Amino acid sequence: MKEFGGACVLLDRSDINTDEIIPAKYLTENSKLALKPYILEDLKLNGFNPKTSLEGARVIVTRQNFGCGSSREHAVWVFEVNNINVVIAESFARIFRQNTFNCGMLAIELPKEDIEAIFAIEAKEIKVDLKGQEITALGNGKHRAAFTLNPFDQELVMAGGWLPYADQKY
Amino acid sequence: MGKTITEKIFAAHLRDTPSAGNAILDIDVVMCHEITTPIAINDLMERGMDRVFNADRIKAVIDHVTPAKDSKTALQGKIIREWAHRHKIKDFFDIGANGVCHAIFPEKGFIRPGNTVIMGDSHTCTHGAFGAFSAGIGTTDLEVGILKGVCSFRTPETIKITINGTLPDGVFAKDIILSIIKRLTVKGATDKIMEFSGPVVDKMDMAARMTMCNMAIEAGATCGVCLPDMVTVDFLWPFIKDDYASREEAAADFKKWHSDPDADYAEELTFEVSSLSPQVTYGYKPDEVKDIAEMSGTAVDQVYIGSCTNGRIEDLRVAASILKGRKIAAGVRGIVSPATPKTYSMALEEGLIKIFMEAGFCVTNPTCGACLGMSNGVLAEGEVCASTTNRNFNGRMGKGGMVHLMSPLSAAAAAIKGVINDPREL
Repeated sequence: MKEFGGACVLLDRSDINTDEIIPAKYLTENSKLALKPYILEDLKLNGFNPKTSLEGARVIVTRQNFGCGSSREHAVWVFEVNNINVVIAESFARIFRQNTFNCGMLAIELPKEDIEAIFAIEAKEIKVDLKGQEITALGNGKHRAAFTLNPFDQELVMAGGWLPYADQKY
Repeated sequence: MGKTITEKIFAAHLRDTPSAGNAILDIDVVMCHEITTPIAINDLMERGMDRVFNADRIKAVIDHVTPAKDSKTALQGKIIREWAHRHKIKDFFDIGANGVCHAIFPEKGFIRPGNTVIMGDSHTCTHGAFGAFSAGIGTTDLEVGILKGVCSFRTPETIKITINGTLPDGVFAKDIILSIIKRLTVKGATDKIMEFSGPVVDKMDMAARMTMCNMAIEAGATCGVCLPDMVTVDFLWPFIKDDYASREEAAADFKKWHSDPDADYAEELTFEVSSLSPQVTYGYKPDEVKDIAEMSGTAVDQVYIGSCTNGRIEDLRVAASILKGRKIAAGVRGIVSPATPKTYSMALEEGLIKIFMEAGFCVTNPTCGACLGMSNGVLAEGEVCASTTNRNFNGRMGKGGMVHLMSPLSAAAAAIKGVINDPREL
């Protein structure tokens, strides 16, 4: 199982799509690592610069429907190869959420109030307690929020992803 | 309590229930293309797991960038080609026989009512048009699908969408689905099935049903689905004629998949289309939709007719119907990509290719190319495209480009005038 939590970056917009996360022109790469420089390249957001804003980040916090669009798992790998393995949002697009758990990473859904609170304190760091299913956001203050993981998704995270899980079980 | 079509398909394919609300399904058809499959193949090889669960139930195609445009895409083609040969996957479509996956696989009769289908491509929801459960998945799901023939899904709820009225001239399935996405928004159907029914759907041919189901993902849906009927039977008849004594018998058998009258829906929506106008997107999200009159006069640099949404022969006929005897406007680049070799051949025989060429269109080979800005019609910064495709995301057809989604008729009309306009006035 992976280690979760650390410095976070806040992306203050809903419906951030897979083409913004990793443009299709990079889908010709045949390795995950090759995607690394192109993370969020086409995301236009005030104050966000994909080349500098993500330095040291381990966690992304965002709004609704994150990862909508294409089925490309490249949109998860590009975070993975940049050492980001937790995305916290009000909601996710189905395929992105499944791809994240399939890679043994975390897609945590929180109620709108908690997301608002994390943005309000301008969180710089997120601690993730997977066992206790709670996150703690630290910034201009502190915000704790409980989350619920579907038991199957939790098993995928523990197993290190869907392939090892399925290989053993089916 | 009755069941929806999707609940019936889930029940018939249920392998395991790892926790409440999660289902592991046996998969009937695993479809593969050269963009999302090669990394799966490489990973399986590295893990010493280069096997396939059933070569006959895997279908593969090179469609996104074909012919290869550079060394990287050539390598992607090589990886999937060698894998298909190594595992004796007989339904592998390479250059000369290849077409856009969601057009060529239905054309070959691979998808049947009641099937479960997965592919590493979000527009896999297209095949719900046949009364199947068909969903786009990522590469890890694809790997497990290839290896084990199973896939995990949350048990989905269904939104029933009844489409009433009579579709006016000049208005098509594309306009209906754009208006539905506008109402549902890009996340309104997340984790849900969009079940299309009603008199308008009953009258639709399979091409129109595929256009509707194709864009279900743009509202976040797992799959779009239509109930299989005589239209489905007629389309599939060449492939199923040995299985049934008559078409009526096939249609009666397909009814076993129909949603029960007392099935439970998460939501029931009704759309009246008798006064619907041609629709067009205006922003960077597919739910940003307006009546075409409101966008009239918007200049376009390129017009693209093709893709898994609207690249079928029915779409080409509609576009050609107003291009006949006309020229596209000076300064506009017209590109048409027939979605499959069969579509291309039919368009040749019917004289459509001549109409497109005389109007000034470039006719490409069957490929996804321009739709996602990979080849054959990438936009430059600041350029605008009237397109029959499915996504208008920022940068989708090329960095800094703007895409307006519309029907093939509206796209052809934009080509003729050089600006977006109501095609019914031409």
